[in-house]
Amino acid sequence: MHIPDGYLSPSTCAVFYAAMIPIWAAAVKKTRETLKAKQVPLLALAAAFSFVIMMFNVPVPDGTTAHAVGGTLAAIVLGPWAACIAVSIALIIQALVFGDGGIWAIGANCFNMAFVLPFLGYAVYRALNAGGKRRVLASMVGSYVGINAAAFCAAVEFGVQPLLFKSPTGVPLYCPYDLSKSIPAMMFAHLTVAGIVEAIITGLVVYYLQKAHQEELFFDAALERR
Amino acid sequence: MPVYRKLWFWIVVLIILSPLGLLAKGTAWGEWGSDELKEMLGMVPEGLAKLEETWHALLPDYSIPGFDKTFAQQAVGYIVAAVVGVVLIALVAYLLGRLLARSEK
Repeated sequence: MHIPDGYLSPSTCAVFYAAMIPIWAAAVKKTRETLKAKQVPLLALAAAFSFVIMMFNVPVPDGTTAHAVGGTLAAIVLGPWAACIAVSIALIIQALVFGDGGIWAIGANCFNMAFVLPFLGYAVYRALNAGGKRRVLASMVGSYVGINAAAFCAAVEFGVQPLLFKSPTGVPLYCPYDLSKSIPAMMFAHLTVAGIVEAIITGLVVYYLQKAHQEELFFDAALERR
Repeated sequence: MPVYRKLWFWIVVLIILSPLGLLAKGTAWGEWGSDELKEMLGMVPEGLAKLEETWHALLPDYSIPGFDKTFAQQAVGYIVAAVVGVVLIALVAYLLGRLLARSEK
């Protein structure tokens, strides 16, 4: 889901940088309010985990590949704002050092995977969690919804390009595939493969933390105790 | 208390296992290079060709340039990239976290 340079027009890229700047500013402000000193190693851990889990490309039956992101998991532990920071750091380093995702596309990729993904994933998780009684199931459904919403956003960003940006003779200038191609392809990969991997990994870690009696590590558990 | 330490152990396990991610054949949808697009479409969109080369990464596609001829080399490069990435990202996140965190014990 890492959009490379060239697939989005510079104007599209500018829109998403413009969208991310206030989101990053809010994330810094909110994280300042909620992040405890003893959680700092956890922020590093969440960012590193997200990075390394994205290296596990999984084959998709249509001949492409996809991967988990781990953003909802970060939100479950650190809250969605700090998760936004953790995943953004991973995505920016991926673009700069490894060329995975474009430089122009950092705004769009962060919007999809560091904003939409953890926020929606966390919202679904909280709605289903029932005060900590269904944490594992809620985390699995939340992370599945989160990554699929991110994939949908990426698909729309890809798919509007040939509609908006063409040469005078009608040849696409950037992503050549429109919504009728991008949405089925991105959703197939994430509904059938990457979403399942994301749900299993998220559920496993949440289960492990619960078994290890680390209830206080969950962001919403800490919220309820206030 | 530090369940964190145990979780770092799992990060190391994931780094070692990371070359499994190389086994998946093909490219993620929408992440094809212009050579692949040329093969698929017979053309490369003009704007795409122009922007594609904006940035030259140090370890492109999680590989060491010139050290990616065999699967073994790719696997070593992938692990090196994983280590570099994890260290760099954890460090940046840790320092930013230190800057932002409330300093109560």
